[in-house]
Amino acid sequence: MTLLAAVLLIPLVGALLLSVLRNPHLAARVNIALAGLGFAATILLARSVMNKGALGGGQFYIDAFNVYLIALTAFVGLTTALFSRPYMSHELDKRRVDAGRMRLYHASFQGFIFTMQLALSSNNLGILWVALEGATLATVLLVSLYRTPESVEAAWKYFILCGVGIAQALFGTVLLYFAASHAVADPEQALLWSVLYADADKLEPAIMSIAFVFLLVGYGTKVGLVPLHNWLPDAHSEGPTPMSAVLSGLLLNVALYAVVRMKMLTDGALAGSHAQLAGMAGYLMMGFGLLSFTVAGLFLHRQRDLKRLFSYSSIEHMGLMSFAFGLGGPLATFGALLHMTVHSLTKSAIFVTVGHASQISGTQVIEKIRGLISTQPNVGWGLLLGSISIAGFPPFGVFTSEFLLLSATIDTWPWLAIPLLAGFTVAFTGIFRHLHPIVFGPRAEGATAIKVNMIPVYLHLALVLWLGLAIPGFVARWFDQATRLISGQGLL
Amino acid sequence: MENYVDMPLIEQTILTLAAMILVTSFALLAQSRVVATIRVFAWQGWLLALTTALVAWDTRQEHLYLSAVMTIALKAILIPWLLTRQARSLGILREIDAVIQPGLTLLLASALVIFSYSVVQPIEQFSQTITRDAIAISLANVLLGMLMLVTRRKAITQVVGFMALENGLFFSAVTATQGMPMVVELGVAFDVLVAAVLFGVIFFHIRESIDSLDVDDLNRLSEIDE
Repeated sequence: MTLLAAVLLIPLVGALLLSVLRNPHLAARVNIALAGLGFAATILLARSVMNKGALGGGQFYIDAFNVYLIALTAFVGLTTALFSRPYMSHELDKRRVDAGRMRLYHASFQGFIFTMQLALSSNNLGILWVALEGATLATVLLVSLYRTPESVEAAWKYFILCGVGIAQALFGTVLLYFAASHAVADPEQALLWSVLYADADKLEPAIMSIAFVFLLVGYGTKVGLVPLHNWLPDAHSEGPTPMSAVLSGLLLNVALYAVVRMKMLTDGALAGSHAQLAGMAGYLMMGFGLLSFTVAGLFLHRQRDLKRLFSYSSIEHMGLMSFAFGLGGPLATFGALLHMTVHSLTKSAIFVTVGHASQISGTQVIEKIRGLISTQPNVGWGLLLGSISIAGFPPFGVFTSEFLLLSATIDTWPWLAIPLLAGFTVAFTGIFRHLHPIVFGPRAEGATAIKVNMIPVYLHLALVLWLGLAIPGFVARWFDQATRLISGQGLL
Repeated sequence: MENYVDMPLIEQTILTLAAMILVTSFALLAQSRVVATIRVFAWQGWLLALTTALVAWDTRQEHLYLSAVMTIALKAILIPWLLTRQARSLGILREIDAVIQPGLTLLLASALVIFSYSVVQPIEQFSQTITRDAIAISLANVLLGMLMLVTRRKAITQVVGFMALENGLFFSAVTATQGMPMVVELGVAFDVLVAAVLFGVIFFHIRESIDSLDVDDLNRLSEIDE
């Protein structure tokens, strides 16, 4: 429990500390140190959960499912903090931000990490909602950090669309609490996930099915499911790049985590109903997931901004994961958990590279970023390798998870393999038609090499490669435990 | 319909107040002057607090009195005051945010109320009329708040719509489940407060960057780049 307290308190105290620290260069270092400390604490926490099983049961609850996301959050938080030091100091030199906004940036960064860890570790579904809304509040001023008309517009859309979306989730939570108050004696316990999950069969099915629709729409807005995705490309493209990396790599995962937790409750409540209603939660997720996957893949072809391109790719992958969790079953669930990890690692690596690439070229417009490999080889190769990985080429981990998901689909819904394969192809071409001239070809005029930190990128890609070649035993067991929790049976 | 007559007086009062909250939601939709919109929103906050206190008295849930006090402080006083102050310093307090197609908007709003009733109708556990009506009305309030967000063009009136939507959520929690656990209510109230402050900051950003508060002018980003 002390470890959990450390995981939550380090970013919280850090946010307060950084909000008063005036020197931006010192703040960047402190930010890295805090993220490092937080990561160390999560590793110890993960180890104790692996050895001793689920932890807590009061207001906090840690099991194999969320502890791996907690560790992933802290890890991506750390590498993004490493990247943000040279990136933000370049922005400061270019006078796109001033010292006051740097303070806001660093404080918000830690505040965002805090809300993510709180959402993941909370057992109370009301607090989960509060934390996810808090994540919007912590990042909305980061989206408008540059104060350009575009970035202010993006911040407004982000605030209003996510706020309204997530309000639906609160209504769903109220309905859930209403159903629970008839099943659980103590009202103080009636929103605790672990308590509800144990008594899921006592929850009234009719209420739970309505509640799940609201919860899916609400948290689905934050996952970026089509047609609730409009805020996502704007917020990702207009804010500073480290924030795009954490939004794409972490926030979307945590929102999907919330949906999956709710699906587990709904499935438990509906298990006794007739067949069509019993699978309702899964069918809804499959439908929304497949729609997002297909639509976002098509939109990839029509983008002119490099960061928008990769944010549509995030929507596509989140759609695929929602589809997989909806499919259920151990194979699909294992694949979805793996895909969450590799997507998060790859996508944050890509955003880091894209951030450097746009600083080199002084623009985010795809047509003006040319010949990266000849301008600055390490950035160019980073972008190429990252894109190869995200497009699902072997031997990277994204290929492994997509292959597992495809096999699971062929097992259960063979016909859906066709739109899935078509979607993979569309997305693949959508990225590569833009990518080829960006990395190869003659160097663009005015492009100059800059000081970069590519260690996070190569570290992430190496991990994804490792997961693709051979998943280490302890990671496989870890995923398997989580699979057992979510789908009822393990894969190994 | 005889079950309405058989209800204890206090429950009848609660339902009447619920109906009045719904009326304020309609008033918000139809009201075009910025200052009047904020005032109606404050009225909704008072009604909400009064309902909360009555539910607390009816069900003997002491912690709901605290929620009622928080509602008065936050929804009836602080947020309207903040919004008025921001509107004054932006010089738009006396401006008019014309309602697009008022007749059609109100018809659509009525349709949303009927839709809300049809959503909750099939649930047997809502057989108690008071919960069923209250859930339907709060869902209608949420949907009307969304409709207000869609039909308004000024950033500040959109925020009022957003907050009215949140009022609908709070109302559903009070009437259906006698409030949420205290820690959750505090958390939600904190989020709402922070949101109100941040909205004010963003008003000024919008004003600085596009020189107006009309969200129609926020149109640079689109789904497909042409």
